[in-house]
Amino acid sequence: MTVTPVIRAVGLVKIYQTGGLPVPAVRGVDLVVEPGEFVAIMGPSGSGKSTFVHMLGGLETRTSGEIWLDGKRADTLSESGWAVLRRQKVGFVFQFFNLVANMTVADNVELPALLGGATPRHARERREYLLAELGLEERAGAAPGQLSGGEQQRVALARALANHPRLLLADEPTGNLDSRNTRDVLKLLGKVHRQGQTIVLVTHDARVASMADRVVSLLDGQIVDDAPIARLQRRPAGTAGDIVELHG
Amino acid sequence: MRLPLLALLAKEPAHGYELKQALEVTFGSAYPSPNIGQIYVTLGRLEKDGFVRAVDVEQSNRPNKKVYYLTAAGREALEAWVDEPTEGPRVRDEFFMKLVLAPLTGIADRMALVNRQRRHYLSLMRDLDELAERTDPGNRVARLLIEGAMLHLQADLDWLERCQEDLT
Repeated sequence: MTVTPVIRAVGLVKIYQTGGLPVPAVRGVDLVVEPGEFVAIMGPSGSGKSTFVHMLGGLETRTSGEIWLDGKRADTLSESGWAVLRRQKVGFVFQFFNLVANMTVADNVELPALLGGATPRHARERREYLLAELGLEERAGAAPGQLSGGEQQRVALARALANHPRLLLADEPTGNLDSRNTRDVLKLLGKVHRQGQTIVLVTHDARVASMADRVVSLLDGQIVDDAPIARLQRRPAGTAGDIVELHG
Repeated sequence: MRLPLLALLAKEPAHGYELKQALEVTFGSAYPSPNIGQIYVTLGRLEKDGFVRAVDVEQSNRPNKKVYYLTAAGREALEAWVDEPTEGPRVRDEFFMKLVLAPLTGIADRMALVNRQRRHYLSLMRDLDELAERTDPGNRVARLLIEGAMLHLQADLDWLERCQEDLT
């Protein structure tokens, strides 16, 4: 028996038509992501990587092609059908956090679980667990606006994980963070990945991408590379002596 | 390695092995551990140029050891080094040479070269990340060295992307 992939995209195309000429953003992309895989998507701006990931989460409609999530055909769903599927299966993290400003941190994290049909007690327990994991339990009663960017992104990640999603999608999750906050978000991503979380993430940050099992490179709306990131042959001393070089 | 050795000797006279240890402690595992032979060769040249002098220190049950100290000329050379601005890094990238010249050979296409190089950079980044994890957080010099290497690597990746956009 073969394992059902978490994602199977077949010949995915997106053409924008705003007034004038049609502009192809994604031009026939095939991608299979197995359970537990961490895939980084890279490429220059305008290469279609954000559009691609948004289509995978149903946040943009596709022009043609198929999207299968966890074995179910998803591209033919209505907007409300997608909303239900997302609640059950997909967590999303954006560059600009997108937290609900007039709700507390705790409510932001509990909301998707409640919408997904969890009991209030379950939603609260999950929220307490996630915020504790992220070192944010003391911020539960705060409004998002009172938090630093790094803290808000960690809350966004907690919210995305609230429903135990089959798939975590992220679009430049560290694009707006400084180096220390990037490190905190990275630690978390590494941790959930080790626990078996399937992740597909768009990034131009090499530190983020280097955590992935596999890197997919897009150029002009097409995949030009899709391969694992190899482990370096370790030197006995285990130092990075030939990476860091001091002159003088 | 000449000037770092002069700088260490400006602090106090030392023998070769002590200089090797001082470099290792200061820069941590991010710095390629200097070879002791190379240190002695450099000290010999510095001595010949009049920047350091050596005295034999007798040891009771071992051969004498040579302790080096800085001369006035050595101190001047060190001060001149410290005072002048340092050249910025220059682009001397072997990969770029390959990328530009590869099509002439007909044995590799640029797209494949760029893709392989990108994955290699990401492996290097992963290595640096693991090195950072293992590095004593109290060793600020070592941490900054690793962070510098990461920032350079990010720039290399960004440049690679530009090359892919324009040359493939």
